[in-house]
Amino acid sequence: MANPQFYLREDTPCSDAPIAFADFGDASNAIAVRIEPGDDARSLLPHLGQLAMIDISFPAFGDGRGYSSARILREAGYEGELRASGDVLIDQLSNMRRCGFDSFAPSTPLDENAAKTAFATWDDVYQKTVDARTPIWAKRHG
Amino acid sequence: MYQYDQYDQAMVDARVAEFRDQCERRLKGELSEDQFKPLRLMNGLYLQLHAYMLRVAIPYGTLSAKQMRMLGHIGRKYDRDYGHFTTRQNIQYNWIKLEDAPDILADLATVEMHAIQTSGNCIRNISSDQFAGAAADEIADPRPWAELLRQWSSFHPEFSYLPRKFKIAVIASEEDRAAMRLHDIGIQLVHNDAGELGAKFYVGGGMGRTPMIAPEIRDFVPADELIHYAEACLRVYNRYGRRDNKYKARIKILVHELGKDEYTRQVEEEFAHMKTLGLNPPVAELERISTYFADPDFDQNAPDDLDMSDPDFRIWVEQNTHAHKQSGYAIATISLKPTGGIPGDASSDQIDLMADLAEQYSFDELRVTHSQNIVLPHVKKADLYALWQKLDAAGLAPANLDLVSDMIACPGLDYCSLANARSIPLAQKISERFADVKRQQDLGELKLKISGCINACGHHHAGHIGILGVDKKGFENYQLSLGGSGAEDTSLAKITGPGFDEDGIVDAVETVTNLYLKTREDGERFIDTYRRIGMAPFKEALYG
Repeated sequence: MANPQFYLREDTPCSDAPIAFADFGDASNAIAVRIEPGDDARSLLPHLGQLAMIDISFPAFGDGRGYSSARILREAGYEGELRASGDVLIDQLSNMRRCGFDSFAPSTPLDENAAKTAFATWDDVYQKTVDARTPIWAKRHG
Repeated sequence: MYQYDQYDQAMVDARVAEFRDQCERRLKGELSEDQFKPLRLMNGLYLQLHAYMLRVAIPYGTLSAKQMRMLGHIGRKYDRDYGHFTTRQNIQYNWIKLEDAPDILADLATVEMHAIQTSGNCIRNISSDQFAGAAADEIADPRPWAELLRQWSSFHPEFSYLPRKFKIAVIASEEDRAAMRLHDIGIQLVHNDAGELGAKFYVGGGMGRTPMIAPEIRDFVPADELIHYAEACLRVYNRYGRRDNKYKARIKILVHELGKDEYTRQVEEEFAHMKTLGLNPPVAELERISTYFADPDFDQNAPDDLDMSDPDFRIWVEQNTHAHKQSGYAIATISLKPTGGIPGDASSDQIDLMADLAEQYSFDELRVTHSQNIVLPHVKKADLYALWQKLDAAGLAPANLDLVSDMIACPGLDYCSLANARSIPLAQKISERFADVKRQQDLGELKLKISGCINACGHHHAGHIGILGVDKKGFENYQLSLGGSGAEDTSLAKITGPGFDEDGIVDAVETVTNLYLKTREDGERFIDTYRRIGMAPFKEALYG
């Protein structure tokens, strides 16, 4: 299993290959799972404690369901590696980061400098999400 | 009017820089058209039949004179000296070069404007009542709520790749001037029993090939929960809206297929969850925004009487002005529907003139309406005659608001890559057939709307008379429909029967209006007569 191209966590990337969500039953002792756009991230919530890595697959960059899956997992307190894999492009990186992804495994490697710029796109943000950034409205009324 | 602070300005400036970079990568071939397409679309740049088209956002349709002048400047410098005001209160330019687009966005940013999210599968420009802040019948100004939603929806990280585009309208009157229930989310500000202001939510309306009227899903969302509730509505849609078929991907299909009750249940569940996360800006933020929409400094002693001895002026006043909440003032609508003209088009010179007049007569404010006209919201009655004379001299005083020639028409096959038939020449022919304003006034309120294809950008489903252009074995053919309304009595028009060719459809419009004139009872508008007598007599007149 190749390492993710961008890894924004302090620890090291999970080296286990994720098992498919469909094969992840109650009895599973897997620590890494992959979910597809149509899978319900909420059904993973009872198992978050055992998971070290959740790989959210983007078969096509235009399918935005993975952004909701990511936020739902973070909102539920998941603190493990959250990996975006598949059709992950430069221009989606900052949104993915804001939705809680901290590991990126694009199927086609991205330009390192362009990615660095993309992660730093916004000095400030309008929404409160799961990335712990202080939204503009809070700064206005701080 | 709202004014950017350093945060708002920095957001727009960052976007200009980002898009400049994306355009350069595209021009150098580093981005494929497939990869570039969603990026340019999120900046309002479409590739049309002949050129790129740029759609500039006019949030809730409100503009200052300085912003209006910038729109004229862009038409002059980067396009062919005109712009086209759209049914979503935006403006679009039809002849844009890709290499100019970053400069245009930079120019717009200097006057607190942008083209962010005017296309793409994201939350689009928030629309509103063009009379907001001026209407005698509103319970509050809806624009602070629309601005709060604008900021929340700008660059929303979770909702930038929705199943399909997403349109929100906010109104605050019982009279609906914004076709609110034909939006993905329609919000009406209301008071609850305790007298607090909140939002009634309608979700799942829309036109397109499957028109639907949005059902109400919540009668009251408090001011400090607006964003939580909107976020919940969007999350359910982002997760479960259909992505297998572009034509079934709008939220109206999800609400229809789940049923209103099940959709509502899921939203309520998500809403309860959102409330635990504290995502909603405090009420202080809505109050901060509201201070920008305080009333201008009205002359409390402005005289309320009006000399209407000039008969042409009288017709214009009767047709194109509305009651203002402040005595001594009126709301004046500038019609962009001259006989034989292109609905919604204005030249750069006309745009500049309207800006000057706004500065001189309307506290520096203009509005764009969803029926493709311009409003000067705060005009002293004592100034109306001078205003009318200046408008008339520039060809901007057609006295036809809400009359048959005040048509909505999409750009159609003259510009649009989706169209099956031309809309503009048809609108021109109909306006010429009904050129006599006395005849139009006799016909009374009559909303005629023309779409050049099934996507319904010309709102034909909501027309008292709707016309849909289709391709019939290589020939343009026009279907006639009757009985639609985008107002508070929202209804969807029904097709009369077989379509007509271009001349035939103009005759058909005359046939149905003649039947109305013969059949109407006292005070009935066309739509009222249609609702009373039904389709059969119209069919008989058309095909019998």
